[in-house]
Amino acid sequence: MASVVGANTAVTDPTPLLRPPLITGKKRLSQVTEDICSAMERRPGLLWWLAFLAALSALVLGVAAVSYQIATGIGTWGLNTTVGWAFDITNFVFWIGIGHAGTLISAILFLFRQRWRTSVNRSAEAMTLFAVMCAGLFPVIHMGRPWLAYWIFPYPNFRGPLWINFRSPLAWDAFAISTYFLISLTFWYVGLIPDLATIRDRAQPGLRKRIFGWFSLGWNGSYRTWQRYEVVYLLLAGLATPLVVSVHTIVSWDFATSVIPGWHATIFPPYFVAGAIFSGMAMVLTLMIIARKVMHLEDYITGRHIDVMCKLVIVTSGIVALAYGTEFFTAQYSGNQYEQFVFLNRAMGPFAWAYWTMVSCNVLVPLLLWFRRVRANIPAVFVISILVNVGMWFERFVIIVTSLHRDYLPANWANYSPTAIEIATLVGSFGLFFTCFLIFCRILPVIAMAEVKGVLARHGALAAETKEVA
Amino acid sequence: MSRRLLIGMFSDEHDILDVTKAARERGYRIVDVYAPYAVHGMDKAMGLPPSRLPWVCFLLGLSGAALKVWFEYWTTATDWPINVGGKPWDSLPAFVPITFEVMVLFAGISTVLAFFAVSGLVPGRSKQLIHPRSTNDRFALVLEQTDAAFDKAAARRLLEGHNAVEVLERVEEAR
Repeated sequence: MASVVGANTAVTDPTPLLRPPLITGKKRLSQVTEDICSAMERRPGLLWWLAFLAALSALVLGVAAVSYQIATGIGTWGLNTTVGWAFDITNFVFWIGIGHAGTLISAILFLFRQRWRTSVNRSAEAMTLFAVMCAGLFPVIHMGRPWLAYWIFPYPNFRGPLWINFRSPLAWDAFAISTYFLISLTFWYVGLIPDLATIRDRAQPGLRKRIFGWFSLGWNGSYRTWQRYEVVYLLLAGLATPLVVSVHTIVSWDFATSVIPGWHATIFPPYFVAGAIFSGMAMVLTLMIIARKVMHLEDYITGRHIDVMCKLVIVTSGIVALAYGTEFFTAQYSGNQYEQFVFLNRAMGPFAWAYWTMVSCNVLVPLLLWFRRVRANIPAVFVISILVNVGMWFERFVIIVTSLHRDYLPANWANYSPTAIEIATLVGSFGLFFTCFLIFCRILPVIAMAEVKGVLARHGALAAETKEVA
Repeated sequence: MSRRLLIGMFSDEHDILDVTKAARERGYRIVDVYAPYAVHGMDKAMGLPPSRLPWVCFLLGLSGAALKVWFEYWTTATDWPINVGGKPWDSLPAFVPITFEVMVLFAGISTVLAFFAVSGLVPGRSKQLIHPRSTNDRFALVLEQTDAAFDKAAARRLLEGHNAVEVLERVEEAR
């Protein structure tokens, strides 16, 4: 890392003059600390409280719904013997997909040396953690007997010991999700340590200073530590990159290894990974547009950041559109009547409304982002990002429910509609996600100060100006 | 044994890079550099050897993977073989996903723990800051005044010649 970039980069670096600065407002180093720390040291504003109360109410609703369904049993769901997976698994795949954009920004863009990521990586990683927490809840709830959830892990037990079936994609899933959560948490924490030390050193003596002191592990900015820190960060990014691809690949195998028409397809792993990053990017946009407004961080999360993220949405939307087309074509070309029927039924059957919602939100709406004027219009981007998330939720719903509800035997055909309990659980997961995110905005620096400072010297407004003069 | 230190404080990453390079060329003993962020190229300027942490990552990742393959094989083929859809006991291809996850987990967590261990990062530990602003916006170059032949005035001139905002002297007690 540091050794790759030569010592004289300030002179040889060709980028800054050609592009607008990454951080506007001519910041100095101390101002970065001041701007980001003071945003969390101030009392929260009315907007924050309103958002927090809304999120908390949704969370309480979710807790009530989950408690009720666990106490009563899984009969509280709209499932039947034909449609055995619906809302819970849709929500699971949706949330785990949201998480993937955080890893894309923190790890993959780090390896590609995209310096703009420094303004958004901290909150995108936090988003990953909270999204994985939401995702992890659903398989546990879906078991119906969540108190036995630990049976998925191989531990010495008194039933033999009877081990788990390592050939099962559901076991792979449990390992993938838990590894993903632990590695994301570690990555996030390692990235936080220098910033925690900065906060510790500016805090007044007291409980706050002690807490930050405990978590900052005695960090004092020694370059010997920084050198190792950079190596560790690079290694973690290198590990997280294949990890994120493996996680959604394994999620797609939950479906692809079955013999259900509409699920049994080799295109599933790349299709799912692209879809995950697509939906996650949209969620990052939604969150960043809110965060920059609420926390007054317009100088750090600039129009340029939003523009770049919109372009990533265009790319991933294109991949997803191609996957939809390929999937449909392959089904019709396969000569397999069940495959052919499932896809025609998706587009024209009882769930056609869901299918066309998915196509319009994921393929047609993102086309608007090809226009620079739309990308520069923040309210428009906000609306598009929410529509993409709606579309991606429906994508999972379409894949799961439409493939199941028409069985091989017409006698088994059934329909599905969610109960109020299932909808309340979905609302509750959004409550959990936003409650966690809003608390995070208040207690931890939403922008990686140490990384932004590193970018500032070469890509900030002040640096660009001095170079023009020179 | 206590050490006499000469500390130059700087406010710009270009200054600290240049002064560190100059100090090393002139043969001063650089105790450490303190910076609020990772300044690119500083490890070269200080002449630090490359970190050996990638080896920890590689070896622990490898052992994690090996351990997991063995465990999957032992549970599925030896300890309690179960016939799942007529698949062979040692279904190695089906063991790949979990092996990969465990490899990443071992490699990642062990690298971070090794990093904490070699850098002396311990929860609750409080280290002496070189300057109250060194985690905010100040860079510090710490030189050791090696012996009586150490020309303090020349060293001071070197630091001030690179726009040092402050030059401090400190005696560090033996640890």
